[in-house]
Amino acid sequence: MSPAPEAAAPARVRVTSTRRAAATRRGLAPLSHDIGEQTDLGEVYMAGLMSAQLRLALRVLAFGAAGLGGLPLLFVLVPATRGMELGRLPLPWLVLGILVYPVALVVARYYVRASERVEREFLDVVARR
Amino acid sequence: MNTAYGITAITLVCAVTLVTGAFGLRVSRTTSDFFVAGRTVTPYRNASAIGGEYLSAASFLGIAGLVYASGFDMLWFPVGYTVGYVVLLVLVAAPLRRSGAYTLPDFAEARLESRSIRLLCSVLVVGIGWLYLLPQLQGAGLAFRVVTGAPAWVGGLVVVVVVVANVAAGGMRSITLVQAVQYWLKLTAIAVPAFVLVGAWVGDGAPGPRVLGEAGPSWAEPLSGFGGQDHAVYATYSTIIALALGTMGLPHVLVRFYTNPDGHAARRTTLTVVALLGVFYVFPPVYAILGRVYLPELPGGTRADSIVLALPSAVLHGQSGQLLSAVLAGGAFAAFLSTASGLTMSVAGVLDQDLLRSRISRITGDDHVVAQGFRLATVVAMVVPYAAARLTEPIGLATTVGLAFALAASTFCPLLVLGSWWRRLTTVGAAAGLVVGGTLAAGAVLVTMLGGPIGGWPGSLLAQPAAWSTPIAFAVMVVVSLATPSRVPRGTARTMVRLHSPEDLALHRD
Repeated sequence: MSPAPEAAAPARVRVTSTRRAAATRRGLAPLSHDIGEQTDLGEVYMAGLMSAQLRLALRVLAFGAAGLGGLPLLFVLVPATRGMELGRLPLPWLVLGILVYPVALVVARYYVRASERVEREFLDVVARR
Repeated sequence: MNTAYGITAITLVCAVTLVTGAFGLRVSRTTSDFFVAGRTVTPYRNASAIGGEYLSAASFLGIAGLVYASGFDMLWFPVGYTVGYVVLLVLVAAPLRRSGAYTLPDFAEARLESRSIRLLCSVLVVGIGWLYLLPQLQGAGLAFRVVTGAPAWVGGLVVVVVVVANVAAGGMRSITLVQAVQYWLKLTAIAVPAFVLVGAWVGDGAPGPRVLGEAGPSWAEPLSGFGGQDHAVYATYSTIIALALGTMGLPHVLVRFYTNPDGHAARRTTLTVVALLGVFYVFPPVYAILGRVYLPELPGGTRADSIVLALPSAVLHGQSGQLLSAVLAGGAFAAFLSTASGLTMSVAGVLDQDLLRSRISRITGDDHVVAQGFRLATVVAMVVPYAAARLTEPIGLATTVGLAFALAASTFCPLLVLGSWWRRLTTVGAAAGLVVGGTLAAGAVLVTMLGGPIGGWPGSLLAQPAAWSTPIAFAVMVVVSLATPSRVPRGTARTMVRLHSPEDLALHRD
């Protein structure tokens, strides 16, 4: 092979230190790429997101299970609660017939907001890198 | 009851359903349009549609009938129906939407990369769908007989014809609009008469509910065992588990989530659904309580499920009572139509994709249009439960629906929860869990529906299987998965990224 023509040869560069700027730029390849390609790094971030979401979900479920599951237990353990009245109205009916629904809505709303916050924070972290 | 009013109300509901359906027909063209409305439905309308679809005969007539017949403990049914959506929201709403699948079997296949799992899920979807359609058609027959005096098979047939015409003609887009309208129709139909009746009750001096006959367990108190219930505590907990965990596994509920544009919208939709259901479920117990006040004893040959329809004439005399009955009958028919439409839609979707399409292609040499196969599937999806509804003896509307929930809780709940959150789920584990959970729950359902009444613990355990069959299904899925670590689907990591990463993250998706 003949040597390349003079014009195409790269200009000489005097090396004075390591190429720090260039090295960081390579690392700046979007993190979303790591996540999409399931590199080890991407996996770490995904695992973080998933466990944050799962912890949130389990917290909400535990609250719901304690609240709803506790009600029959209360009726069993403290039979006096079965016939309690509020004004002229029976308390168990008020709780299970009406009160449950707004509470369920508040819990659901809390979850939606919290999980959207988790995702926003995740996106911020990904965008920052 | 005045027959003319009732028939007018039912005809009106059927006509509104068909007209809104035909409206959607003009824009329904591609397969994607057909199945999930091209994914362009807003959260608010989607939530109304889910509410409209979900409030079935069991909600409109069944709950009031159950509370009327069996007392306080039955209040857990509406609570469970609502809480099921909170559980669904918290565990699977966003991942399901982000999976990008059309149907439940699509999700299973995408997550577990196995055709056999897909087939297993298809069979379960059809089974649960048919089990759920059964009480809708029986309820339609019941309401139609109360209103017109016609034999029970007529009402079911009316529902079959309207639903098939609607689903087969327009697919999901027309159905979404229809369902959204149905929710508001149903809410009006149950709320307005309730206010009128409560007003009349207050005018009568607000008398308390009565139970005729010898002094027994209290109707109004929790866990009293009123109405011959054994083991009320176990039954209560098992009902809560079945309804809270079963909702996510209902085929017609899942298919709705794919019509959300993204995961955020899926969550927002579910939140709105919880609100809409909560508003509706305040009303059925009102009918049960007033039923105890004004109709402590049902006329001979009347089932408790018809208490909602019978009440107005007992409270108000003359025209107004008949008019309210007609409004309620119309609402009940809206309930049958919408739930049956949604169920038919998803059952037909699965039948079409997994059973009929390949066969039709073989016969016609790929010469048919996709929508034709779907239309054929729609007819099949509806005719089978109609035949079954004619053959089996009705056992309370809400009870049959409860069994469908138990079956869903024992099969799809573990699959969806572990599939969305657990990376070590294997194909073998999932299949084992589905088979074991499905067999146990379906076995219990069959014994309850076909066998005579069974007393004591065995009877209670079989009538409310969810409390034991769901944990067993979970355990089998986990243990078998751990025992077969080599069968973790190869694309698990990639699937998990897709299920859980927010849409705003610009991934390199394929």
